[in-house]
Amino acid sequence: MSDPIVSSTPQGMPDVAMEPHLRQLVSHADDNLVLAQRLGEWISNAPDLEIDIALANIALDHLGVARALYTHAGEIEGRGSSEDDFAMRRTEREYLNLLIVEQPNGDFAHTILRQFFFDVYQRLLWADLTGSDDPTLAGIAAKAAKETAYHFEFSSSWVVRLGDGTDTSKRKAQAAVDALWSFTAELSGPYEQAWRRIVDELLDEAGLTIPEDPYQRTGGRDGYHTEHLGVLLAEMQWMDRTYPGSQW
Amino acid sequence: MVTVTTDMRSAVARVADPEIPVLTIDDLGILRSVDTDGDRVVVTITPTYSGCPAMRQISDDIGAALRKEGVDDFEIETTHSPAWTTDWISEEGRRKLADFGIAPPTAEHEVLCPRCARANPRMVARFGSTACKALMVCDSCGEPFDYFKRF
Repeated sequence: MSDPIVSSTPQGMPDVAMEPHLRQLVSHADDNLVLAQRLGEWISNAPDLEIDIALANIALDHLGVARALYTHAGEIEGRGSSEDDFAMRRTEREYLNLLIVEQPNGDFAHTILRQFFFDVYQRLLWADLTGSDDPTLAGIAAKAAKETAYHFEFSSSWVVRLGDGTDTSKRKAQAAVDALWSFTAELSGPYEQAWRRIVDELLDEAGLTIPEDPYQRTGGRDGYHTEHLGVLLAEMQWMDRTYPGSQW
Repeated sequence: MVTVTTDMRSAVARVADPEIPVLTIDDLGILRSVDTDGDRVVVTITPTYSGCPAMRQISDDIGAALRKEGVDDFEIETTHSPAWTTDWISEEGRRKLADFGIAPPTAEHEVLCPRCARANPRMVARFGSTACKALMVCDSCGEPFDYFKRF
């Protein structure tokens, strides 16, 4: 890669700029880690206890997928990088996650719509990667596919309940669709038609509409992020950066 | 040169799941193999859920069980392929789960109340006390209980 920032990775740090398969593993791991971190912000703050537990459970699944993928990425990279090297010792510019997962939680409707758009994407993704030539990735994907089915059931049923609920819940759900839509080109990219078909059907059932503005923001997979990721990483990484190598 | 003895194997197989201590890791199908690479004992385990926070504890417990058997040189490997499924929970494991008050994995409409054994439960929360369980309540006897989700 000719990118001057990414290729300036210090010695000993994971360098994800090189190999496509490694880059793929780290990209998906980054999606799951960043979303887990976001969902974790709901713990003790959710609208009720069941939702609190559900969001924490979903966060834990995403975290587990991220850890497995980072560990596998470290093996493939072959330089002894640990999951913590990937998670805690890369900068914002080296993170390859999709922009939507780093977006702030907003209100409950916002979190649910973000989750729903991402769940549809991951359902298609894991179904695809279950057939990967890399048996470890295929195994991680097979497990994640089942977990994502539960996430999707949760998020999609809430999309319908909010959209088809009270005037207030509908207004908030529509505001979330409007705010998040410009991040969905990155999600639908590789599976555009399938993603759009599922989303259209669900939003229609919920009585929600897709905004007409075609503007889309992209760049997450190349390390170009919105202003929110840096803050998230600062909070997540400060302990390890302040006390390098510290252990429980 | 190391050989794996029956005692070593059963010591590892007896390690309890930290979150459902009536079950062993063998009952759950988490334990995949106890083997040797020639020099060391190699134990292979697989996570139930991707984010299962018990894996670290299970590894520590396996290590303690092996040390008790006089094995100090061992390695514990985690494999993700093939992916774990609730189909790997043994018959014995299913019986122990039900005795413990957790409905064992089955199709949702076939779940029996672990207290009154009637098939009249209702889903309360799909995400329960741990990642692998959902919360149900029996409409016959009123018992709230955990259901080990089929996976």
